[in-house]
Formats: sequence, structure tokens, C-alpha cells
Amino acid sequence: MLRLVMLRLAFGAMTVLAASVLIFAGTELLPGDLATAILQNSATPENVAEMRAQLGLDRPAPVRYAEWISHAAQGDLGISLSNQHPVAEELAPRLRNSFFLAAFAACVSVPLAVLLGLLAAIYQNSWYDRAVNFITLLTISVPEYLVGYLLVKYLSVRWGLFPSLANVAPENTLLERLDLTFLPMLTLVLVVVAHMMRMTRASVLNIMASPYIEMAFLKGLTKSRVVVRHAFPNALAPIISVIALNLAYLIVGVVVVEAVFVYPGLGQLLVDAVAKHDLPVVQACGLIFACVFILLNLLADIMAILSNPRLRRAR
Amino acid sequence: MVKLFGQRVPLPALIGLLIIVANLLAAAFAPWIAPFPEADVVGDAWAEADATYWLGLDNLGRDIFSRLLYGARMSIGLSLLITVLSFTIGVIGGFTAAIGKGWIDAALSRFVDLILAMPTLIFAFVVLSVMGTDLAVLVVTLACLDSVKVFRLARALAVNIGALEYVEVARVRGEGLWWVITREILPNALAPLIAEFGLRFTFAFLFVAALSFLGLGVQPPAADWGSMVRDYRDVIALDSPAPFYPAGAIALLTIGVNFVVDWLLALHARGYGEGA
Repeated sequence: MLRLVMLRLAFGAMTVLAASVLIFAGTELLPGDLATAILQNSATPENVAEMRAQLGLDRPAPVRYAEWISHAAQGDLGISLSNQHPVAEELAPRLRNSFFLAAFAACVSVPLAVLLGLLAAIYQNSWYDRAVNFITLLTISVPEYLVGYLLVKYLSVRWGLFPSLANVAPENTLLERLDLTFLPMLTLVLVVVAHMMRMTRASVLNIMASPYIEMAFLKGLTKSRVVVRHAFPNALAPIISVIALNLAYLIVGVVVVEAVFVYPGLGQLLVDAVAKHDLPVVQACGLIFACVFILLNLLADIMAILSNPRLRRAR
Repeated sequence: MVKLFGQRVPLPALIGLLIIVANLLAAAFAPWIAPFPEADVVGDAWAEADATYWLGLDNLGRDIFSRLLYGARMSIGLSLLITVLSFTIGVIGGFTAAIGKGWIDAALSRFVDLILAMPTLIFAFVVLSVMGTDLAVLVVTLACLDSVKVFRLARALAVNIGALEYVEVARVRGEGLWWVITREILPNALAPLIAEFGLRFTFAFLFVAALSFLGLGVQPPAADWGSMVRDYRDVIALDSPAPFYPAGAIALLTIGVNFVVDWLLALHARGYGEGA
């Protein structure tokens, strides 16, 4: 089992490395020229050449990649082109904010989704099951900003329950933070719960068709006991993987939600940087997002291996 | 019960089809239906809705209803273009990998796995930051990123179908590769591919809208649903319904397509590909 997990970890590390190459190559091999893009109207040949030298673009790409990745590994993410600050300094508080929001949403959504999914499986085909199914199909189709603005319209503007802007500051206490981030959290929860809940329901129902479940029923056990004690543990692997996928979505999907609530997170920074062609910031944010995404997927794989005894042996 | 091509259409799918048709008509005939041109200022900013301006006027005094119609054209047109392009790339790549086998398959599949290991939105950001937010760049970027998912499905389908007896028969009969692909594999892969087309369309559609909403997609003064939400979001504090028209339009079309896709998937044997 250890060997299998190690193998996964090594594979994950390789994926991260490959992703970094891809991010770097994405900014290198494309026909657009960064110097021209930054200078826009004042892009005379001399200016462009000077800018290229200033950005270090006149040196070969592999050299710059090696430099970038080795510096990044040591926590030095370069200097922002738009305001000349070190990227790492600018990133750190934003990263904390984004993680805070994602963690807040995860703490609420994961138990909620599993609970709703289990209930839907227990009361399969009841009015509750149908209603939840229909509502989740709707929330899957609806874009995050519609959910967000609807929440703002009713919970904030009409009824004044929660602040509509999540402009947290470092001096806010935890309680204030929870209040300020309540609406963005709720938006994220509404968007991700649907997927996780449907997956929980589907995998539990899938297991419910197996002979040992029938045996459990024949022993005279109640339905809820069969679902919770017999079906759920065996349905864990797919549920865990879909939870991890949705957590990965939380980290990336915060980009839009952050824009809706003007939340000072990593996503906002990335969007601003893209609009300003601030390449070091884009690369750094991209690398962080990609790492988190890959890490969560890796975690899902490893958890699936741990939760399923049959997978613990290498095939 | 309404029937279509000899199949009974359940109510949600029927609603979905109606939504899609209405949207397509609005997109196709926007210049003829819309009471005002998309970029013309026709009155005061944020004028209330009345008999002439059905949904009121927007932040610059442009007719919201007209902009919605033109926005349909831009949003749906772009997404269709992206989906068609991504299908062309994905299906050709997937079939080539499945039939070519060996190192072609291995190389393409590993490359696709790598792209799939990265969040699509982030990769799109990286590309857009270098290339700028030009519409052509947007279309090609999103199509390439999306084609990776089509590739997976197309390859899986072609591998499954390629192993069936009638394909073997065609090969033994001495038919060429082109015949095998177009006459034997493609017709049998069509049903799941059509369902996938719907899914990929909603994905592209939501993606373009999200990028426009973030200010990185369609640029003003062109009307597009995502950027309309962005333009109108400030009046939410004034309890105005303006941002909900474009946002609702986005949601409505997505729901419609999802209803139809659900029906299509239920019609044909389930278990093809991964779905989303």
C-alpha cells in the first residue's frame, strides 16, 4: 500500500512540474509578444527591444524557466510588473483570504451534501428525493454570479441580514470575517452542494443493488441502518473523489465569486493581473492554483486507495 | 405526448427544446426583432421599464431588451463556434488516437491527461494574459482547452466501437481507414457525441459568460450577456432587476440545454464516457 501511495505522490510531483512547464510555455511559445502587449500604443521597435531586455526576454527560454522554477521553489515569485512589489508579498494575504473562504465553504458544504445525499438515497423516489434532485439540477445550471446576486438582492439589500461586500481587512476578528464572508460562502455552497449530493446519492444507490445489501435487508435491518452502516462505507471512494474535485473547484471557482463580492482573494489578483498583462503575477497565481488543484486530486486518489481495501494492493 | 423522430419527448425536454429554439431565433433575427440598435443611447440612464422600453434602459441609456437580443447573438454565436471547433479537433484527435494506437495514442493521451490535470480557467487566464482579449484568441483558446474533453470521449467511443465485430468485418473486407471511420465508427458514436455536444456547449457558454463577467471576454460596446451582468451589477444595491435579465437568460438557456441533454442521455444507452 505504501508503495502505491508513494507512486501516486511521485506521479503528482511530476504533474506539478509538468504543469509549471505548461504555464511557462503558455506564456512563451504563444505568438503574442509580452513586451508589445505591455507597451501597446508606444510599441516602437526600440521601446520593444528595451522592454524585452528589461524583462529578460532576450535570454533563451529554458534558462529563464530554470531560473523561474528554482526561485519559485524558494518562495521568490519575482517582481510584479505593474507596481514593482515582490509578488510573494502581495500574494500571501490574498492566498490566506482565498483559503479562508474555500475552507469556510467546504466546512459547510461537505457535511451538508453527504447528509442530503444519504437522505435522498434512504427516501429514494419520495417527494423529498424528487424535490432535492430538481433543485440541485437547477443550481448546477445556474452561473455563480446569478446565485450570488440573488443572495445579495434578498439577503442583503431587501432584508439587510448580511453585508453585500466581503471587503475583509487584516484587523477583522474571526467573527467579523465569518459575517463578511457569509454570502460568498453561501454562494459557493449552493453551487457545489448539488454535485456532491447527487454523487453521494448515486454511489449509495449503486451499492444498494449488491447482494450483501439484500442480505442485510433479509436479516431484518431497517433501511436507514443498511444505508448508513452497510452501503455508505462502501460508497465512500467515489464520494471522496467527487468531494475532492469540488474542493478543487472551490479553490478555482472562487475567482468569479470573489469578483461578485469584491473579496480580496487570489482570484481577484489573478483577474487584475491578466487584464494588466502582469506576467509574473499571472504565472505565480497560475502555479498556485494548479498546485492546489493537482494536490486535491492527488488527495482524492490516495483517500480512495485508503478507503477501499481492494485498492490497497498494487494490481 | 409530443413525438420527435419517433421518440416520445418528456415535458422537461420539451421545455428545453422550446427554450433553445426561442434563443436561437432571438440570436438569428436580433437586428429585425430588436426595437433599437445595441449601442444607441435612446434615453436617460436607468430609465424605468415602460411600453417603449420593455425592460428599461441601462447604465448609458441603452435599451436593455435590445441589448439582450444582440447579446444572445454574441453569446450563443461565440459558444457555438467554440464548441464546433473543439469537436472538430477533439473528434479527429480522439479517433486518430484510437485507430492509430501505439505511440500516437500514448503521446496524445498523456498530453491530454496533462491538460486535464490543470484547471481550465487558470490555463485560459495564462493564455489571455499574453495574447490579449481578442475574440479570435478567445475562441481558439477555449476550443483547444475544451477539445481535450471531447478527445477523451471520442477516443473511448472509438476504442469501444472499433472492437466490435462489424468493424472487424469491414476491415477484413478490405475497406480503407477513411471508410471505417466515417461509415462504421462515426454513425455509431453519433448519439453520445450529440449529447456531449450539448454539455460542451453549456460549458463553453458559461465559460465565455464568466470571462466576460470578469472583464476578460467580449469587450464593450458589443453586447454580451456576461459583460451585461458586469455592467449592470452596481445597481443591485438600488434593488434594480437589471443584472438579473442577462444572468437569468444565461441560466435559462443552460437549464434548457441540460434538460435536452438529460433526455438524450437517457434515450441512448448510458455509460458512455464520463458525462460532464
